[in-house]
Amino acid sequence: MPTITLIEHNGTQHSIVGEVGQSVMQAAMNAMIPGIQGDCGGACSCATCHAYVDEAWVKSVPPAEECESDMLEFASARQDNSRLTCQLVIHDDMDGIVLHLPESQY
Amino acid sequence: MSLSSVVIVGAGQAGFQVAASLRQGGFTGRISLINNEPGLPYQRPPLSKAYLLGKITASNLAFRPEAFFDQQQIELLQDDAIAIDRQNQHVVLASGKSLQYDHLVLATGAHNRPLSVPGDDLQGVFGIKTLADADALAPRVKDARNVVVIGSGFIGLEFAAVAAALGASVHVVDLGDRPMARAVSSEMAAVFRQTHESWGVQFHFHQGVTRLIGENGQITAIETTDGKVLPAELLVYGIGVIPNITIANEAGLAIENGIKVDANLLTSDPHISAIGDVACFPCIQNEGEHTRIESVPNAMEQARTVASRLLGNASPFNALPWFWTDQGNLKLQIAGLSSGYDNTVILGSEATQQFSVLCFRKGQLVAVESCNRPGDHLAGKKILSRPPELTSAEASAPDFDLKTWELAHRP
Repeated sequence: MPTITLIEHNGTQHSIVGEVGQSVMQAAMNAMIPGIQGDCGGACSCATCHAYVDEAWVKSVPPAEECESDMLEFASARQDNSRLTCQLVIHDDMDGIVLHLPESQY
Repeated sequence: MSLSSVVIVGAGQAGFQVAASLRQGGFTGRISLINNEPGLPYQRPPLSKAYLLGKITASNLAFRPEAFFDQQQIELLQDDAIAIDRQNQHVVLASGKSLQYDHLVLATGAHNRPLSVPGDDLQGVFGIKTLADADALAPRVKDARNVVVIGSGFIGLEFAAVAAALGASVHVVDLGDRPMARAVSSEMAAVFRQTHESWGVQFHFHQGVTRLIGENGQITAIETTDGKVLPAELLVYGIGVIPNITIANEAGLAIENGIKVDANLLTSDPHISAIGDVACFPCIQNEGEHTRIESVPNAMEQARTVASRLLGNASPFNALPWFWTDQGNLKLQIAGLSSGYDNTVILGSEATQQFSVLCFRKGQLVAVESCNRPGDHLAGKKILSRPPELTSAEASAPDFDLKTWELAHRP
C-alpha cells in the first residue's frame, strides 16, 4: 500500500498509508491530518482539501479535470502545483509521494 | 469548563463531526456516539445520485473505517436514545443502558415527511434518507421503465436525473410553480427545468397526488389532483423533512421548528447542545431569525463550533450557509440564502449551462448561485463572508467578473 507524506504548513510531517483507489483526501482524513477538511465528502464542491504536490512528484499525478482546475483557480494561496486531494486517486506509482499543506483551507 | 464525558445522539454528518473534532482538538474524555442505524456512520449526499449509479460503493460512503473509532476511542453504540434525564444528566437508551454525560449533543437529524395518500404502503414507493432506502431502491431503478417523482427539490431532481440517465420515462409532480422553488431563484430554476426536459423528464407543476394505484400490492400508477393518471412501477418522494425532536421535546427543551438553540448552539439547558438538521438557530444571514438549515456544510460547521466550545474556545456560530447539488452534468453550488431576494444579476451564459445568478435583497448581495462555475462559487463565498458589499449596480456593469472583483476587494 502506497505511503504518502503530508507536511503541514508549520513543518510537521505525517507519513500515512493509503489504499489504492482511495483518494488522498480520504486517507488524510482517516489519519486525522490537521489541515485537510474535506467538507463536501469528495464531490469537488468545496475546495477544503487543497494541497501542493511536491515538485518532484508533480509528473506522477494526472492533470486536474475542468471542475477541479476551476475550483483551484479560487482556492486560497493557489500555486501551479495546487491540487484538490479528493480528486487525487491513490495508485501504486504514488508510493512515497510528498504533499505540502497550505496555511489555511479558507 | 472541565468535561470528562460527552454523549452525542445521532451519528450523521453533525454527530460524527463533533466526535472527530473533539479528538482532533485534544479532548481526552469519554466520547459516546449513538447511532440508530446499522453499520458505520456514513455520508448521505451520494445516496440519491452517485451511489445509485454505482459510482461509489458502500464502504466509500463511511466517514471513516472501523479502526478509526477504536484508535480514537470513540465509543460507537448501535442503539437508540429514548429519553433524557436532565436532572441526573443521563441519556436512556432503547437497550436499557443509561449513559452519564457532562455534555450532551443532540444531532438527531430529520426524517422524511411522509406522502400520506391512499396507497402509500404499496411496494415500489420510496423515500431516500438512509443507506437501507438506497439499497432497496438501487436494483429497482435499473429495471424501471416508468418512474414518478413527487417533489422537485434537490433529492427529487437528483433522483429524476439518475432515473432518466438509466433510461426510464420520468414524471415529476410538484405543488409549486418551478423546480427547487424553496432553494433557488426563478432564473436558475428555469435552466434546471429546461435541462431536465432535454433529458426527457416531464414536469407537472401546481399538482399534488390524490392516490397511488396498485395491483397485487405493487404500485402501477398515480393520480394527480387534476385527475391525470401517470404510470409508475417506481415512485420516489422527496417532499421535505421533519426534525426529530421527540426526546428533546419530552425532556422539556425549548422547541421552535426543531430544537431551539442560541447563537452558541446551546439549547435551553446549558448542558445540552443541538446541531445539524434538527437545530433551529439565530441565523445572521437570515436577519437573525431562528432558522433551520438542512445541509452537510451547516452540520459540519455547527459540529466544529460546538467542539471548539467544549474545548474551551466558545464563539457564536456565524458560518455562511452553502449548498450543492449534482444533477446529470449540472453542478449547482449556492453560497448564502436567497430568501426574499428582489433583484438578480446573471453572469455568464445560461445557454452554455455555465452561469451564476447573483441574488440581491434591498441592494445587498445575499446569495450567489453557480451552475458549472465553481470559481464564482468560491469567490461568492468570500464576498459574502465579509465586507465590503458588492452592489447590484457594480455587478450589472458590462464585462463584470466576480472573481476579479473579489481579488480586487480583498482586505
